[in-house]
Amino acid sequence: MIEFYAVYVIVLRELKKFVRERSRLISTLARPLVWLFMVGAGLSRLVSPKAGMPYTQFIFPGILGMTILFSSIFSSISIIWDKEFGFLKEILAAPVRRSSIVIGKSLSGTAVSTIQTVIILMLFPVIGIKLTLAQILCTIGVSFLVAFSISSFGIVLATFYESYESFSVIMNFIVMPMFFLSGAMYPVRLLNAPLRIASSLNPLTYGVDALKNTVFTLREGPLSPDFSLGFDLLVIVLTSVLFVAVASRFFERKG
Amino acid sequence: MSAVIKVEHLTKKFGGLTAVDDISFDVEEGSIFGFLGPNGAGKTTTINILCTLLNPTSGRAFVGGYDCVREPHMVRKAIGIVFQDSTLDKDLTAYENLAFHAYIYGVGRAQVRERTEDALRFVGLLDRKDDLVKRFSGGMKRRLEVARGLIHRPRVLFLDEPTLGLDPQSRTNLWEAILELPERHGVTVFMTTHYMEEAEVCGRLAIIDHGKIIASGSPGELKKAIGEDLIFIKTTDNASARARIEELSGLKPEEKDGELLFTVQRAESVIPGLLKTLAGTVLSIRFERPTLNDVFLKLTGKEIRPEAQEDSSIKEEVRAYRRRH
Repeated sequence: MIEFYAVYVIVLRELKKFVRERSRLISTLARPLVWLFMVGAGLSRLVSPKAGMPYTQFIFPGILGMTILFSSIFSSISIIWDKEFGFLKEILAAPVRRSSIVIGKSLSGTAVSTIQTVIILMLFPVIGIKLTLAQILCTIGVSFLVAFSISSFGIVLATFYESYESFSVIMNFIVMPMFFLSGAMYPVRLLNAPLRIASSLNPLTYGVDALKNTVFTLREGPLSPDFSLGFDLLVIVLTSVLFVAVASRFFERKG
Repeated sequence: MSAVIKVEHLTKKFGGLTAVDDISFDVEEGSIFGFLGPNGAGKTTTINILCTLLNPTSGRAFVGGYDCVREPHMVRKAIGIVFQDSTLDKDLTAYENLAFHAYIYGVGRAQVRERTEDALRFVGLLDRKDDLVKRFSGGMKRRLEVARGLIHRPRVLFLDEPTLGLDPQSRTNLWEAILELPERHGVTVFMTTHYMEEAEVCGRLAIIDHGKIIASGSPGELKKAIGEDLIFIKTTDNASARARIEELSGLKPEEKDGELLFTVQRAESVIPGLLKTLAGTVLSIRFERPTLNDVFLKLTGKEIRPEAQEDSSIKEEVRAYRRRH
């Protein structure tokens, strides 16, 4: 029971802070909107519709993936703040399993991330996509799973860094490449072999692909998803388990 | 009484730096135990090992009968900690910080509110419970941390420099709360401090320097161990009095501000003889017992001072080491 409460209270703390910090909600929502309506709008003039799909519609699942990516990583990186301001000690000295701490932190990121993704998802009529209720619910469910795997990945990252300054390193050298190589802006199959391999090692690739599976109905052609939804979900679940296990190990380690 | 903390040959190395060097000590249940030492002596490292945040290089440590390395979970349940640096979440309210702690330490849901409010009342912060911690003064934050450390009713409360950086008024308030702990809550207190008047209150003290315990005992015992009392005497004719004292005891009194001063083993048994010898010429006579400061100075060759900012090189070294590994 104590493990359950530990998870509960860690998530509750994050949500409380999220609600109090409005600027964070606005800034994390601004990024996908900029990409969708400014970058997407420009590129759609350059890229002609393929198989009847305009470019802005093609990148929509990718933009959902982006919302999840930034919001989840940002939330997990808050562990570095907790280290800097000492609160992590308060958590680590508690008589709870290290895995409960990691799961609590991952679910914190997941919750915050899913809320924001749902807000962006609701823009689908604006860019001319038609979704059934079933599709919407499936997309939200998939977003939740993807958010969990990316949040747990973020925690693994956060264990490597001690101070706030490393934040921009993570953003520029890990998060941005993860975004571009995820298939969000173009189909992964267009890439050359080395980049395709890099992309296949990117946990977000399967997340974006899963979102393409739930948002689009088309299953063939150049803009269709690269993998089946089942395969995507399998990879997402397995990597989540792996990241939680690895992060728990790191928290167990004591100099 | 039984030992609630037992430390046996504990050693902790960070690379080439030996922060704690083969120390052993016991702390009795229900006592206030003080850890006294200059900066970088190994106090915080020892606390971190006892709190299961750090594994020792060798040696063993037990808290509440549980092994700090093998049964960290049981140790964590038995202890409360007030770290040297604040570990509060400044964006949460006082109540939220404490309730978070209650949940994560397994206080049943039904009791969270009651325990949290009791703890806040104990440190006099109940009326501020819904204020964000970032609006609190340093003293209030410290008190809040002590309250938090007590919510889950630990057997041992660790306090690492609890009054560091507090104004005298806040120190007194906090200190009053700490002194009540053993009796009112049955809590054993393990603390580190730089302040002599705080060390005086501890039932037992261990003085640590360069990672080694160089003396331990009650404040009285430690003072007795370095012995010498200082006698101050003022006479109608200091010069001849000084000659008499030299002649009789072989001591060489110094003269300062019109007083002769010299050290003896036991002042109370020396003074009657002295009065007889200098019959009629003594204007005043007094003596001083050694203070803990004298004990410290004698044992370490250093004055004890609150942690200075520029003196954190060892801390930096430890941090750098932990980053690399």
